[in-house]
Amino acid sequence: MAGVVIIGAGLGGLRVAETLRASGYEGEVTIVGDEIHLPYNRPPLSKEALAGGVEVADLEFRRKAHVDDVTWKLGSPAVTSSIKEGTVTLADGTVLQFDALAVAAGIRPRRLPIPGPQAGRVVLRTAEDARELRAALVPGAKVLIMGAGFIGCEVAATARKVDCEVNIVALDAEPMIRPLGAELGAGMRRRHEANGVNFYLGRTITSFNGTDHVESATLDDGTVLACDIVVEAVGSMANVEWLDGNGLDLGDGLSVDDAMIVEGTTNVVAVGDLARHHNALFSGPKRRIEHWNMPTETGKRAGQTLAALLAGDEVSQAPFSAMPSFWSDQYSHKIQSFGMPGNATRIEIVSGNPDEACIAEYFDESGLVGVIGIDKTSELAPYRKLLMERG
Amino acid sequence: MIKVTIDMDKCQHYGQCCFEAPDVFSLDGAGHIVYVAEVADDRRADVESAADVCPMQAIEIS
Ligand SMILES: Cc1cc2nc3c(=O)[nH]c(=O)nc-3n(C[C@H](O)[C@H](O)[C@H](O)COP(=O)(O)OP(=O)(O)OC[C@H]3O[C@@H](n4cnc5c(N)ncnc54)[C@H](O)[C@@H]3O)c2cc1C
Ligand code: SF4
Repeated sequence: MAGVVIIGAGLGGLRVAETLRASGYEGEVTIVGDEIHLPYNRPPLSKEALAGGVEVADLEFRRKAHVDDVTWKLGSPAVTSSIKEGTVTLADGTVLQFDALAVAAGIRPRRLPIPGPQAGRVVLRTAEDARELRAALVPGAKVLIMGAGFIGCEVAATARKVDCEVNIVALDAEPMIRPLGAELGAGMRRRHEANGVNFYLGRTITSFNGTDHVESATLDDGTVLACDIVVEAVGSMANVEWLDGNGLDLGDGLSVDDAMIVEGTTNVVAVGDLARHHNALFSGPKRRIEHWNMPTETGKRAGQTLAALLAGDEVSQAPFSAMPSFWSDQYSHKIQSFGMPGNATRIEIVSGNPDEACIAEYFDESGLVGVIGIDKTSELAPYRKLLMERG
Repeated sequence: MIKVTIDMDKCQHYGQCCFEAPDVFSLDGAGHIVYVAEVADDRRADVESAADVCPMQAIEIS
């Protein structure tokens, strides 16, 4: 019995395993993880845990009793695979046989090829990354953040909390502009500025300077910024290289159908940050959604699909429908989003203003596609309901 | 009966749990989470879903 092999021991992988068992599948389930840890929660890595200390045991997900019998193979990544042969090979040489494969390997931060010393340049995805960054966040340390997305902005807020000097360099015109839009982005920029963060927007870094360790960065306009540590938060790449050679399109994660089955395969599903899927609530092309709630939504669906497949039952092709939802904590402010605000062609602030508690509605040709509140969490539920009714 | 607890040191009052089991979890007028501590066994599936979607993993069920 080869059973199900799940590559990636994160939230998505855990949800696939739980759902397989909850759906009555009794065969082997093996979860392979590159990291040495059992599945743990990442969002605190840029927030509370980065400020207060990174204890993976405190971040581990609650694991349901019915996954007690799955086999964990942690600390060795999948390096090659043959879907035709039904095998995955791990870095330690282990070859695993599968009847069905679940791809839950997530994404990793993109690194830009910028000349200069490497030491002192970090990214933030894993508990180890967070520990390394936390060690550098001492009062007075000069922190340079590349990228003004959510992770960059959350790290900035946390670094200010511990009295670091913080500069953010980003190509975008405002922080978090893609989901928030220019007005709310500007409002968040002013909150950061009031807390002592300096922005260099519309700029890129052309080189890092220093002998062994980064000491400063030169921007494209010639500005030189001193730094003790650089946090690179400029986008992501899907962890799919180990699927090379199977004839799959690996250009932007993995394209899946409504049942989460990877295009071009019959027994492979993909979930979480790397799954590119349709969503019946929103029109437009398939998209990857790097929000915390999606590994649960896609993982549950993929688990049901595999359980049906392996039982010889018909796999449901009902349209996949899930509400993307995102939150972010910066200083005392809470940003919460429902839907696909990044798709909007028109944004309307319907309550408050960008510098205070506010709610913005996001529209495209089809109507309301998203809502974002800053410090207005309790008033967003009716909007979520409206968005659910799109389905 | 199922016993539900929210670890208030962890909870950030985002209210994600409310969408899964609105009869068990809700946000009060001030935006703070309130919940029913003992619920009937037939509500287990929804309460489990609420615990799954809690971003702070603050919900305990026994
Ligand atoms: C610092 C940080 C803050 C965040 N904050 C928020 C937030 O506030 N709100 C929000 O909505 N979302 C947030 N997110 C996003 C959220 O955490 C992700 O959407 C979620 O973790 C994705 O889950 P996943 O299971 O798809 O991938 P992951 O959690 O990345 O799990 C994939 C696992 O697979 C492993 N893996 C990779 N390659 C291989 C291989 N070849 N073999 C074996 N294993 C492999 C990886 O090491 C990893 O452990 C944040 C993310 C980070 C990093
Ligand atoms: S989902 Fe979790 S963090 Fe959010 S209100 Fe409910 S218990 Fe609190």
